[in-house]
Amino acid sequence: MLLAACNRGILDPVGPVGQAEKTILINSTAIMLAIIIPTMIATVAFAWWFRRGNTKATYRPDWEYSGAIELVVWSIPAMTIMLLGGIAWIGSHELEPSKPLASTTPPLKVEVVSLDWKWLFIYPDQGIATVNQLVVPAGTPVSYRLTSATVWNVFFVPQFGTMIYTMPRMTTRLNLQADRPGPMTGSPRISAATASPEWASRRRFSRRTSLPFGPKARAAPGRLSTDALLPSFRSRPAM
Amino acid sequence: MVVILAVLGTAFWVWRNGWWPYLRDEYITSTDHKRIGIMYIVLALLMLVRGFADAIMMRLQQSLAIGASQGYLPPEHYNQIFSAHGTIMIFFVAMPFVIGFMNFVVPLQLGVRDVAFPTMNNVSFWLTASGALLVNLSLFIGEFSRTGWLGFPPLSEKAFSPGVGVDYYLVALQISGVGTVLTAVNFVTTILKIRAPGMSYLRMPVFCWTSLASNLLILAAFPVLTVSLALLMLDRYLDFHFFTNDGGGNSMLYMNLIWVWGHPEVYILILPAFGIYSEVAATFSGKPLFGYRSMVFATLAICIISFMVWLHHFFTMGAGADINAVFGIASMIIGIPTGVKIYNWLFTMYGGRVRFTVPMYYLIGFMLTFVIGGLTGVLLAIPPVDFIVHNSLFLVAHFHQVIIGGVVFAIMAGYTYWFPKAFGFTLDERLGKAIFWCWFIGFHLAFMPLYVLGFWGATRRMQHIPDPTWAPWLNVALVGAVIIGVGIVLTVVQLLYSIKTRDQRMDVTGDPWDGRTLEWLTLSPPPHYNFAVLPDVHGEEAYWTRKQTAIKQDALIKEPDYKPIEMPLGTPVGVICAFFASVCGFAIIWHIWWLAILGLIGSFAVFVWYAWQDEHEHIIPVEEVRANARERRRIRMEHLHTLSQST
Repeated sequence: MLLAACNRGILDPVGPVGQAEKTILINSTAIMLAIIIPTMIATVAFAWWFRRGNTKATYRPDWEYSGAIELVVWSIPAMTIMLLGGIAWIGSHELEPSKPLASTTPPLKVEVVSLDWKWLFIYPDQGIATVNQLVVPAGTPVSYRLTSATVWNVFFVPQFGTMIYTMPRMTTRLNLQADRPGPMTGSPRISAATASPEWASRRRFSRRTSLPFGPKARAAPGRLSTDALLPSFRSRPAM
Repeated sequence: MVVILAVLGTAFWVWRNGWWPYLRDEYITSTDHKRIGIMYIVLALLMLVRGFADAIMMRLQQSLAIGASQGYLPPEHYNQIFSAHGTIMIFFVAMPFVIGFMNFVVPLQLGVRDVAFPTMNNVSFWLTASGALLVNLSLFIGEFSRTGWLGFPPLSEKAFSPGVGVDYYLVALQISGVGTVLTAVNFVTTILKIRAPGMSYLRMPVFCWTSLASNLLILAAFPVLTVSLALLMLDRYLDFHFFTNDGGGNSMLYMNLIWVWGHPEVYILILPAFGIYSEVAATFSGKPLFGYRSMVFATLAICIISFMVWLHHFFTMGAGADINAVFGIASMIIGIPTGVKIYNWLFTMYGGRVRFTVPMYYLIGFMLTFVIGGLTGVLLAIPPVDFIVHNSLFLVAHFHQVIIGGVVFAIMAGYTYWFPKAFGFTLDERLGKAIFWCWFIGFHLAFMPLYVLGFWGATRRMQHIPDPTWAPWLNVALVGAVIIGVGIVLTVVQLLYSIKTRDQRMDVTGDPWDGRTLEWLTLSPPPHYNFAVLPDVHGEEAYWTRKQTAIKQDALIKEPDYKPIEMPLGTPVGVICAFFASVCGFAIIWHIWWLAILGLIGSFAVFVWYAWQDEHEHIIPVEEVRANARERRRIRMEHLHTLSQST
């Protein structure tokens, strides 16, 4: 499952959500670099030019205020932040995880439950469930409903885009789409801040066979792949 | 075992050399703000070594446990290590360092003799030390928490963490938290009420302003931490259901509460750091700080806005587009005053005569490092970007960049800058520069690769690395951590070497850096009472103005009328109270209720005993004050002549 070399995380998105987020990431970085690089150069240049030994530099021991400079140094960050604030506002609304994706294809429903050391994926409309393997069709929007049966966890497939928490007694919603088929790695061991202490362990991987299925999903034990030590997430060509 | 032997060995060594009475009278029971400040910094340095040991263990594990290999740390051990690293570095390294500097510097800069409540100051320190003791005790008796530095429920609830680790964490933080709040009460009172004559608010040095802002934040934010941890304790000890999965609990509440404290906390650390940079920039550029008023305004703006941004720590909770956007933009707004500060330091150097001393190296290193940390911080504040880098190594790299590049560099700058004031001789410059390069290069090697790995989808806190292609970057990070380790070892070497060769670098004038603020007016080290007569302040840079006038007239101010000085006595109340608090804390952790009650009564009784004492102050006779002051004037006169001749 670990096709390492071709998996470059969020820099190689396979769907519209990840793509849009990558674009915002790069644009915002570029906007800020335009301010930061000159500042860094000025830091080194000022320090060097005004070094004590430099007789060519003018020493102004009492120069401590300039209204014009104050105006400029407040406006530069303020204007940058206004621009980026606009990007943040629009981006937050466009890419809100619970917002359905625009598509002519009706979305596939998947219910995600994080358990101790594994993921349960329920396909309510198909009446099947899988453990640690999420298979979704390429080019079709997928509407996820997520929760946790134990502690907090994070559902994150870097190449899909947006991550979201799974929390006990609460449901989060997420809409993603994969446009390109192929196997990809999810984050199998998400931040232990929110996951179980032993989540990070392979050896401790629990192989429970009785799973607490909700009444909606028909248990299909034959399809449960409890052998998979690492969860994998894949999209396959549309049928 | 080794640690216990080391502690006993040190204790025996101190006793055999006859240093114990000195240590007891001048440090342990001292109510002198300078001595308490030094004790805070010693505690922080010791804990830095402990926290760094955790860091190097984590880096080593991530470099070893790749692909088929499992490394040398089992997951339950690894999780304890990253939890201990975060907890210790924030609560017992960064906080004591910052509070130590405030203790040492603020009363001197304000031109006064001590803080508002000197005995309480001693109690604050020992309660912090008590917390540090309990956290380290978990190494030997029991286990450390495995739930990260903030102990999120439901993982930290009894159902998922039945051991004593979380209890150690909770109790230690509660005890040291009391110490921190008392410190804040003390410093807010001191800065607002006790200043030298003529020291109006807008004449205070920027470090005092940032300390004021930081202590106001502590006062407002730490009670929230106390309450969140107390609620979690009620869940764990008395089967309450605030944050449990069953019984109507809600773990999202804890997430909100802890970050209402947690975000101001990072500004509690960074604001005094900004203060240190401001002092360093002005002193070593030979110029007043550029845009003093705008600096003060920026500090207060950060102080207030920092309470309005906590939700950016969990954009991925699914709170909705409007909420995410509002908190994202609020977070970015903090970037404006911070950016202004960077430009003000830049223009402080402009037109100056920059001396490339060690603190100046840290200032320039900080300015170069921190702007990148600011960039990644603003990226994380944009919700759609946060959605793909949250909880990744990108995040880890970001907060280390602002904490190491911001707080730690300031700590190292402040340590070098004020060391001669504390001990009367400067630190070795050459080793100081070597230490700077270790931190600067080591930091970049250790954390820049984590940005890359974050882009590749690597999440934080992984005990095992599934993807072998990450190995080269992780190895670079390990090398970086080792270089930082060399820097820490060199810091110890520098200290020992500087003590040994101190005769070559004695600071006789009390003003080794050609300083501008009042701490350089008095001797190095200053007498217990700091100033024989409280200085009269004219203008923003009290000492600089005075010095320039003296140089021009080639004469010191007229000798004032000396008076006897009343100073607080030393007291064992802090260390006894902290002893009982530690006993009580330990008993609570292990559910030994009779001992817990005993400890509680003990720590209360010591205050009752203190309240019944009649003698809290002693008088320093006028002859002693006058003799010291005359000696200082004689040295100053000589120094003045050399200065006048050189200009």
